[in-house]
Amino acid sequence: MPIEVNGKTLETDEEGYLSDLNQWEPGVADVMSKEDDLVLTDEHWDIINFLREYYEEYQIAPAVRVLTKAVGKKMGKDKGNSKYLYSLFPYGPAKQACRYAGLPKPTGCV
Amino acid sequence: MSETKKFLYLNRKAPYGTIYALESLEVVLIGAAFEQDVSLAFVDDGVFQLTKGQNTKGIGMKDFSPTYRALGDYDVNKLYVEKESLEERGLSLDDLMPLTYEDEDDDYAEKDSIRVVSRAEMAQIMDEQDVILSF
Repeated sequence: MPIEVNGKTLETDEEGYLSDLNQWEPGVADVMSKEDDLVLTDEHWDIINFLREYYEEYQIAPAVRVLTKAVGKKMGKDKGNSKYLYSLFPYGPAKQACRYAGLPKPTGCV
Repeated sequence: MSETKKFLYLNRKAPYGTIYALESLEVVLIGAAFEQDVSLAFVDDGVFQLTKGQNTKGIGMKDFSPTYRALGDYDVNKLYVEKESLEERGLSLDDLMPLTYEDEDDDYAEKDSIRVVSRAEMAQIMDEQDVILSF
């Protein structure tokens, strides 16, 4: 189902992930989070930006276990745990945050 | 807690031209969630999968070589490369991407994931496995 972002129509796949990650802009996360009734805070953006950097470097969306570990390493133990990440992204930090970040669904997520 | 098995993913083909190399890498990443004892082997043209400076612009495919650098994060840190296969292709360890992992049992010291082994050693490694998946 396509989404409308700043007057542009962007294609998504059947699960709501952006079809072309080059079309991403911050407005994508704003539109997607509104549909989920979620208000994005700086803490959410830290994770979204982190995922985009991870993808840039490794060309994959990390599995949740790997994301948790990597966030802990970069932002500290109080953020590198699944309780914190699920409190931000209740539909699953890897799946939901990757979708907002314009990345494909993490490899290995069902 | 189920028993841990030794899994070896055997990579024999060049990275592009067929889908085998990418499929193998994806299965490794998915399989990493099951916390088994995972090793990767690179023999024949499979050694090209780890070469530095891959550029896929001319063939319109995604360059997935950066993803090998994420394997350490997935606790996949035994990448055996056959010495004879490298030599037959005029390659050496210096032509491969430096791949490392952090050893949790050694104060997170950064260690090399790639181990160059002889054909005889590779046969021995294969012999020790419970499961070998060939790509």
